[in-house]
Amino acid sequence: MLHASHLWLIPALPLLAAAVGAAAPRTARRLPVALALGAIIGSFLLSLAALAGALAAPAAKLTANFTWFWAGSTAVRLGWLLDPLGALMSVLVCGVSVLVFIFSTAYLRDDPRLGRFFTCLSLFVAAMLGLLVANSLLLLLVCWELVGLASYLLIGFWFERPAAAAAAKKAFITTRLGDLGFLLGLLWLFHATGSSLFYDGGAGVLEGGALERLAATTLPGGWTAATGIGLLLFAGAVGKSGQFPLHVWLPDAMEGPTPVSALIHAATMVAAGVFLVARVFPLMAADQGLGGVPVHALTAVAVIGSVTALLGALLAVAQTDIKRVLAYSTVSQLGYMMLAVGVGAWEAAVFHLITHACFKALLFLGSGSVIHAAHHEQDARRLGGLATRMRFTYVTFLLGTGALIGLPLVFSGFWSKEAVLHAAELWPVSHLPFLAGLAGVVLTAFYMTRLVSETFLGRARGDGAAHAHESPRAMTLSLAVLAVASVAAGWIGTPAWPWLQSQLTGAPVAAHGLGEGLGLMILSTVLVGAGIAAGGWMYAHSPRADDRAPDPLARRFPGVFAALVARLWIDEFYAATVGRLLRGAAALAAWLERWVWGGLVSLTGRVAETTGEVNRAIDEDGLNTGFDRASDGLRDAAQRYSRAQTGEVQGYLRAVVVGLAVLALLLVWGGIR
Amino acid sequence: MSPLHLCLALSAALFCTGLVAVLIRGNAILVLLGVELMLNAANLNFLAFWRFGPGGGEAGLVFVLFSIAVAAAEAAVGMALVIAVHRHLRSIRIADANRLKG
Amino acid sequence: MTAASLLTALVAVPWLGALLLATGGALPARAVRALAALASLSTLVFGALLLARFDPAVPGLFVETRVPWIRSLGIDYHLGLDGMGLLFVLLTGVLGPLALATTLRRAAKVRAAAAWFLLLQGSALGVFVALDFFPWFICWELSLVPAFFLIRGWGGANGGAAAYRFVVFTLAGSAGLLLAFAALYAATGTMNFADLAQLRATGELAGKLGGLGTLAPALAFLGVLVGLGVKAPLFPFHSWMPATYAEAPVGVSMFLTGVMSKMGVYGFFRILWPIFPAELRAHAAPLLVLALAGVLLGALAALRSGSLRRMLAYSSLNHVSYCLLALFAVAGAGRADGVAVESALAGALIQAFNHGLSAAALFFVAGVLEHRSGGTSDLDRFGGVRAAAPRFALLAGVALFSSLGLPGLNGFVGEFLIFRGVFALQPLVAALATVALLVTAIFLLGFWQRVFHGPRSGAVTGTFADLDAAEWRVLGPLVFLMILLGVAPQLLAGLVNPLATAWAATLTLP
Repeated sequence: MLHASHLWLIPALPLLAAAVGAAAPRTARRLPVALALGAIIGSFLLSLAALAGALAAPAAKLTANFTWFWAGSTAVRLGWLLDPLGALMSVLVCGVSVLVFIFSTAYLRDDPRLGRFFTCLSLFVAAMLGLLVANSLLLLLVCWELVGLASYLLIGFWFERPAAAAAAKKAFITTRLGDLGFLLGLLWLFHATGSSLFYDGGAGVLEGGALERLAATTLPGGWTAATGIGLLLFAGAVGKSGQFPLHVWLPDAMEGPTPVSALIHAATMVAAGVFLVARVFPLMAADQGLGGVPVHALTAVAVIGSVTALLGALLAVAQTDIKRVLAYSTVSQLGYMMLAVGVGAWEAAVFHLITHACFKALLFLGSGSVIHAAHHEQDARRLGGLATRMRFTYVTFLLGTGALIGLPLVFSGFWSKEAVLHAAELWPVSHLPFLAGLAGVVLTAFYMTRLVSETFLGRARGDGAAHAHESPRAMTLSLAVLAVASVAAGWIGTPAWPWLQSQLTGAPVAAHGLGEGLGLMILSTVLVGAGIAAGGWMYAHSPRADDRAPDPLARRFPGVFAALVARLWIDEFYAATVGRLLRGAAALAAWLERWVWGGLVSLTGRVAETTGEVNRAIDEDGLNTGFDRASDGLRDAAQRYSRAQTGEVQGYLRAVVVGLAVLALLLVWGGIR
Repeated sequence: MSPLHLCLALSAALFCTGLVAVLIRGNAILVLLGVELMLNAANLNFLAFWRFGPGGGEAGLVFVLFSIAVAAAEAAVGMALVIAVHRHLRSIRIADANRLKG
Repeated sequence: MTAASLLTALVAVPWLGALLLATGGALPARAVRALAALASLSTLVFGALLLARFDPAVPGLFVETRVPWIRSLGIDYHLGLDGMGLLFVLLTGVLGPLALATTLRRAAKVRAAAAWFLLLQGSALGVFVALDFFPWFICWELSLVPAFFLIRGWGGANGGAAAYRFVVFTLAGSAGLLLAFAALYAATGTMNFADLAQLRATGELAGKLGGLGTLAPALAFLGVLVGLGVKAPLFPFHSWMPATYAEAPVGVSMFLTGVMSKMGVYGFFRILWPIFPAELRAHAAPLLVLALAGVLLGALAALRSGSLRRMLAYSSLNHVSYCLLALFAVAGAGRADGVAVESALAGALIQAFNHGLSAAALFFVAGVLEHRSGGTSDLDRFGGVRAAAPRFALLAGVALFSSLGLPGLNGFVGEFLIFRGVFALQPLVAALATVALLVTAIFLLGFWQRVFHGPRSGAVTGTFADLDAAEWRVLGPLVFLMILLGVAPQLLAGLVNPLATAWAATLTLP
């Protein structure tokens, strides 16, 4: 049991490991690794203790708030929150992190910057855990940006490769675009409620009073403040969780090392957007909408989620890079989660988040195992035939695939996806998201069958695949644990025993028999079967002969396939619109700088120079002439008078005498006394 | 004419002679001599008023003694100047010493 | 030491150092450096002593000395310090020695450079402590002279032209200031900031100034605005800045952007706002547009500059404009939401301090790159610095992300508070200004990607040394402060909160 006031220890341990690792000398390779592993295991144990504490009182929001600093006379307060959602997510993040850390020790054994890698990973885990246990939207934003930083550093871990450096920048900037919305939403919330704490003994933003105020404040246009804030916050989630239209960075982020893709870009960080929306769900749902139908902020979430679910699945179909297929699959699955939140079933979203974290981490680590064995060959066209060479990886990968496509009854993905689709089916606003979700199920089964067939079946089509061997023990160990989790994680939330749902909502959820959702289960099973059949018929039935052979799909639907390969030209569209707009604005600013402001300065200089020239002319030709003439005259006069100065003393004396005589005469005749 | 008037007339004549010498003569030494004549005319005046004048006391006599001493000094300085001028210009004509001409 | 003598010593010791160096005859270079460093570090020591006297319960001046100086003109020797002044004194104390060390590191004619620099530092301090226009203006103008000679004598190839431009611009602004204060003096018989603010508060100032002519109040306001606006700089009076920052010696660029631009910001808070609140309020809308233009166009122009230091100069315009944006939003709002006003004002001052740290650090980084590459400032001539010099890259990265406003580092706090305040007062302006946050991220990360990432290329292909001990001593403290102040912003906020609260209270008075 862990008290809320000690929750800070969970992120603090990895943060400490990261700080020491950053300060450690570069030659110390083992120290950061050991520190990171020790810290994450410590955090894992603390998370378990926190989970025990949270489950003891699922409905109570245990908080520990404190003042960060004062701005003027108002305190900026942050806090920690202990509830089942945060604690469960912490356990999940720590658990996956432990496995990925172990996997990485083998995967990056020969990298000269192994220590730096683990330092960054620790930083990431610290920020991610802080995000999960934050009781303040501001603290959440701080951690949110820090996971973005860690993601940036790790995508660009091999920064000598220009593609990796570019992908890192793209990821950071694309997510920051969404973060602007997040920031504005936070500011608005701050302004409207005077607080950023989620729960604060009744005064928090997710508690009754504030929610009522937000739902009652209407803006011009008929929206409520709750809707506006909810949409802005959702913009942040769109960026972070790779939702359409900001999904473009996630596939590029696969430039990072594969363990990073598994941990950050599949299991944890990209799910932070879903977590955010689930966390502020009371706010998003505060606006009751029209006639009890939630048609505002959550509608947007549902629409974006369903579009993303379908789009991601579509784009995954035409990818040839293993990791990119999985990346688009992640985009698609995140769409499912958003869809679930949007239709109001946030606990189903969290359920899918947890199962997805397990099986997608497994799939990425499995692909990492393949890439490691095949000497960094990750193009499925040049792989093949690995099923016999890497039996263990193959089996675990199959288990992960089963979970992802939702093979019935045994696999976790089946139960969580069923929960999502069930909620979507019941959504009163529209059936389109539900239909998009069903279409996604077929496509998921199809592209995963394609991926497995191309990678593992047939015969080796490249040197890498031909000489592959099973990966070392540290890697297979992680695969094994995750494979077990991928199957078992679904059992905590089945309709027969909805333990997870009742813990998350803090109220017992009635178990309903298989009868209620049976039709949907049968439907999705049929769809999965159809997808596998189509994929198997096209790819497994007649494996490609060599790496240059065209894709079977390209032979049948060349136009569609080309569009999908080009990723529907979305990147190009952004380059042509947003990119061009920005470049144009920058060019305009530079032009203004150079010609208008700079020109004004030059003009002022010219004016000053001209004025000076005119001044000089007036002085020299006008005023100076007069002065010259006057002084010439003066000099002439002086010359004339100076002739009197003969220099002869007697002459002067004579003058003096004459003068004296005159004075004397005046004296006498004038009678002056 | 009373003795006082006679003395004053003599003194005036002496002064005029000296003044004319100063103003007319070109030789510097003669000019100096003229100056001495004028001084002595003044001395004569002092003595005359002391001897025949209305007042009492010995002031006139004392002035004359001072005046003679000053005249001696003046003559010495004057001669020194004349010698300096002569060295400089090889002439003791006053008209030659006209450097201050404007 | 009494408070009064502390204030005097604060300004006088650097000047004394400058005098000693200028007249002291031929000293060995080591002695020159030691003497200069001592004189420069004295600011930090006196700043710490003053900090010990700071009392958060007193919103106004906690140290003050006022003795008549020139009685016939009513000029006082009036020095004083409140939380805001102390903030900037401490900033000068931190940046002064670092910028001096950077300037002297590879300078020719060390003695002259040190003397000029100390003169500059002392003058800047004088601006932050003087409360009478006469001594204040002396220091304000005196700071130009050493800056001019430092830029011309120790700057880049075009240093002469840049120095002229800098001086002519600022002198033009100063002329406005001088005329405005001449008018104020003629109208009121005093040039003391506190007295003028008091007259303004009682409402007498407007009448007296109006007695000079109907246009006099507006012209005086305009004169002060332009004078301060050139220094800060306020868009569009910033044209001198890119060339100056690019051509000045690196240490002087650090000081110019870190401290001298703050002289302008300080003046806005100390002079313009207290003496001309009504005019500021009446013209808040256009001024807000100018500040917003500085925020946006600064960021966009930085995106386009291919030269390192010009990019940083435009980035400085962007960051300083946030401070002015907050002030104009508050001044224009009149009676408003007290929380928002306090937040914006505290944020503006914190931002001014934090920008000083991060901008100075980034200029230093630019200087290191220029030195290693033999003087090039062209972004395209670098690549892969992170592989060649990882420690340098780490510290530079912290500075970069601080400038970019990453939470957890110092830059975030000020920007967040400003946005929080401005959003409540002018939501649309705040929303537009957030675009600049994105553009800032784009150009800073673009710079990072081009220069630090990728394969080693251009100037980085040969030997490219990591930081040496002297460079650590400059960048290390700055980075340490960035992290410290990012985690514990109360250290700064504690200094400015009493003022922000008091200002907000006067605004909300009926």
